[in-house]
Amino acid sequence: MEFNPPLLTSSQRTLSLFPLPLHFPLEIRTAGEVEFPPPPKRHAPPLQQALNTIESTLVAMGELAADKHVKYILAVEKRKDSFESAVLEHLRMNGAYWGLTTLDLLDKRDVVDSNEIIEWILKCQHESGGFAGNIGHDPHILYTLSAIQVLALFDKLNVLDVDKVSTYIAGLQNEDGSFSGDIWGEVDTRFSYIAICGLSILKCLDKINVERAVNYIISCRNVDGGFGCTPGGESHAGQIFCCVAALAITGALHYVDKDLLGWWLCERQVKSGGLNGRPEKLPDVCYSWWVLSSLTMIDRVHWISKEKLIKFILNCQDTENGGISDRPDDAVDIFHTYFGVAGKTVAA
Amino acid sequence: MHGRPRKPLKPVDEAAVAAKAEKLRALQSEFLSNHQNKIYSKEAVELSAKLLEINPELYTAWNYRKLAVQQNLAQCESDPESVNSILDEELKVVENALRQNFKSYGAWHHRKWVLEKGHSSMDKELGLLDKFQAMDARNFHAWNYRRFVAALMKRSDEDELEHTQNMIDKNLSNYSAWHNRSVLLSNLMKKAAPGFTSKDEVLTREYELVREALFTDEDDQSGWFYHLWLLDQTVRSEFPLLVSSWPVEGSDISLPAADYLDGCASMNVFHYSSRNFPLVLYFNQSVRGVNSSTVSVSCGFNLNIDLIWKPLSSTDSQSAKVWATHLAIPDAELHSSEAYQVEVKVGFSQGIVSTTGVAYSHPSQISFQLHLQKTPLESGQDSRFGRIQWKDDCFAVYEPGSAEPDLVNLLDNLTIKNEVESTASTWQARIIDDETNIFRDLLDCKIGKLTVARLLTAYNSLRPLDKPVHCKEVLELYSELMKLDPSHYQYYKDNHSLVLLQQVTSSKESLLSRCFHYRDSTLSTNGSPLCLRLNNLAISQLGSFEKLLWVQMLDLSNNELQSIEGLEALQLLSQLCLSNNKFRSFTALESLRYLKSLKVLDISQNEIGSHSIDTTRYLFRSPLSHSVGSCDWNINYLSSETYWEAFFVLKDMGLTQLDVAGNAITSKSFNVFLEKLLPTLKWLDGVEVN
Repeated sequence: MEFNPPLLTSSQRTLSLFPLPLHFPLEIRTAGEVEFPPPPKRHAPPLQQALNTIESTLVAMGELAADKHVKYILAVEKRKDSFESAVLEHLRMNGAYWGLTTLDLLDKRDVVDSNEIIEWILKCQHESGGFAGNIGHDPHILYTLSAIQVLALFDKLNVLDVDKVSTYIAGLQNEDGSFSGDIWGEVDTRFSYIAICGLSILKCLDKINVERAVNYIISCRNVDGGFGCTPGGESHAGQIFCCVAALAITGALHYVDKDLLGWWLCERQVKSGGLNGRPEKLPDVCYSWWVLSSLTMIDRVHWISKEKLIKFILNCQDTENGGISDRPDDAVDIFHTYFGVAGKTVAA
Repeated sequence: MHGRPRKPLKPVDEAAVAAKAEKLRALQSEFLSNHQNKIYSKEAVELSAKLLEINPELYTAWNYRKLAVQQNLAQCESDPESVNSILDEELKVVENALRQNFKSYGAWHHRKWVLEKGHSSMDKELGLLDKFQAMDARNFHAWNYRRFVAALMKRSDEDELEHTQNMIDKNLSNYSAWHNRSVLLSNLMKKAAPGFTSKDEVLTREYELVREALFTDEDDQSGWFYHLWLLDQTVRSEFPLLVSSWPVEGSDISLPAADYLDGCASMNVFHYSSRNFPLVLYFNQSVRGVNSSTVSVSCGFNLNIDLIWKPLSSTDSQSAKVWATHLAIPDAELHSSEAYQVEVKVGFSQGIVSTTGVAYSHPSQISFQLHLQKTPLESGQDSRFGRIQWKDDCFAVYEPGSAEPDLVNLLDNLTIKNEVESTASTWQARIIDDETNIFRDLLDCKIGKLTVARLLTAYNSLRPLDKPVHCKEVLELYSELMKLDPSHYQYYKDNHSLVLLQQVTSSKESLLSRCFHYRDSTLSTNGSPLCLRLNNLAISQLGSFEKLLWVQMLDLSNNELQSIEGLEALQLLSQLCLSNNKFRSFTALESLRYLKSLKVLDISQNEIGSHSIDTTRYLFRSPLSHSVGSCDWNINYLSSETYWEAFFVLKDMGLTQLDVAGNAITSKSFNVFLEKLLPTLKWLDGVEVN
């Protein structure tokens, strides 16, 4: 008798497909632009203070502007005239994953034509088995996972030649257990997670040397309990998500010092309720996901205030035109919209 | 997009933006066509450079350039000048791209790829890095690149340590520099480089450095984690040591003969028998290699099979802090009149190793006596299973000498004496004393309070045999922190709980004051189990398990527990009350799977099933982690799809009594499921099961 997977709610199923860690700082910056210094401390006059309190309470009582976000996601896909859309064209596969998963979390997956999407995804696949970020680009493990995840989201993994895709991923494992992103050999623990997550969705983890993969991840562990890109690399919440999630999937969470890492992670919550990705950095909605899900996996999520985090996420919404930004009143994008909605879903 | 205002500061010229986008798209499609047709002409390669300057993240363009470089290099293999000019051009393109986007993965990797070819001079690299790091001292790409360059240039760890010192001197708030310092120092200490052989001296120096950061701006987190690392380095025992065991050294244990136990196991004082007698070893850290060749068990009777030691760990690993085995002693071997001496020798032959690879080198020996008790059972106790009721009036204050004469003696010897610990701790104690005194000046802020609390706790950990001191002060500090920093309330609360449990388990007197006889009408005093009651303590996390290995009946009700991680060490546990806590899922109770003696379980009045996304789902193998074999789930007749968590945790348990009422998950169908899953069940939520 075969075991039938448990029936899950939409959000449970979606989150079980672990979001993709991409370029954490997905930056489009001008030369020389560096991190903003923290804003100077200001003491508001009493009346203003009271008004702020009222205002923030009102926002806190609000909810996700779900319909607006759905509209925003659909609009992003159609906008071709913006400079950003041209700059981001090479990672459309990731964009598809963020947008479609957000729709799914908001229970609106059926507003898109899945056949059209699947057709496009298959056009991005290469002879090697890997997927590119868009038609005409090179295959890379980053986009291969997104392709697998979107197909899994639509329950269409059957269109894949599983053997071919999994062989491509497994072929990127190096002698020391690490993974390269593509044939050009960039090594990063993000790719370890991606390989492990992708292969586990395809139920092909036996194609790689899991023990070595785990050992490589452990070699990237730092004295603060976190993990970096490569051995010696500084801890970073996105990187920690990748490593902890990879260890969770492979049943190796005992290598994580949960109390030590838990303290580092919970101290990512700053006064505004938002989470940053490293000490002494500004909060950013995308870390709602990286930090929150890492804390969840090591069972220390109660060490932060979820209420304050939700308030911060809701404050980053563009309630007029939809979408979520990194910080209140910044420009929205699909990446932060996804991580805001995912973070809110786990925290709620 | 990070840090861009939602409403642009200047009005946007939409036509200009559209034209710019159009131009970029045209460039991109021209480039892709070149790439597809493998055109590497000068113009084509220049186009890719132009494109990368606008959009450094365009990974395919970096790949294209690598292909072009390979082709060009192949054509001029013998001419070093052309080789250099080809590669220099690449370095220039990378530099331009990095000026546009300092965080471009593709650009940094391209540079590494070029340098790894070994033709370019490295001299420029550190200078370039200095320039970039002056703009953003925290950029982790730059730091990664620096480690790459240092390795390629074979720069010494000492020189790099000096560099971190310079960076820290410039700005104490550079977490990246502190991090790199921790990496370099770990290396230098590990290989015992000259000047780094004395841990005492190195740590003293570092404490001084990080103190400067912490006292300059107490809210700046950069030094926080470094200080905690130093503290850990100060007190952590590198050597794996045996901390406690069951049975404890010198104990005298009456063993009910198996014949007299059958059929009434749940209500007897002893929940082990000669057929199933547990041995437990509790180490100070995770170890592997505990087996019948590294641990020898000798006794006055014949044990004719090799003992199988099992790691008590929720993962599949072969390492754990706690290891257990069960002796099966043939009754024929024992005579009721005799006492049998049992000796457990741990680590006399090599093979036990810590997860960091340090061998267990301090052999321990535990001796205890076993004798067989063949007392006939009293009436009223044999035929029926009584129901355990966790009500206050069922518990009577412990009277020494009545039920378990050995208890008092046993509680005196809970911790194993390790000579290494008591002799080697002088410099550690000195450092911690000094630090504590200094940080008392910082008690008006969060990190000051937290650091003092940690230092005082660390001091106790250096002397595990002595009664902990300063517990009251530490508890007070954590209480203050809960008020001061409410966002992290639960972190302080959990630490508060751990210290509270240390205090409760620190002495025989304190433990005895929490021991009670369980009594109800069906039991005589003689047969009444002894219960450790840690209820109503407001604890949110469990700890001090090494002091609790002897516990068979445990009341943890009316606390704030969310997890019972670690409870699997209590192998004797037979009755457990967890009612009125904050458990949100069955997965939070996973430790139960390892408690093979457990018969009575109360998890009523919790929050199980109230959260749609289970908080600990990813902690163990589940259908979602795609690692559970289908054979595990061969139970179609049960509603396992809905209740798979409960199924996974409870399936092999021999429970006779279970209380689950008052949880979101409870329903009629759930009870039906439980009755099918647990055929041994006699009582479910107070109702007798048919």
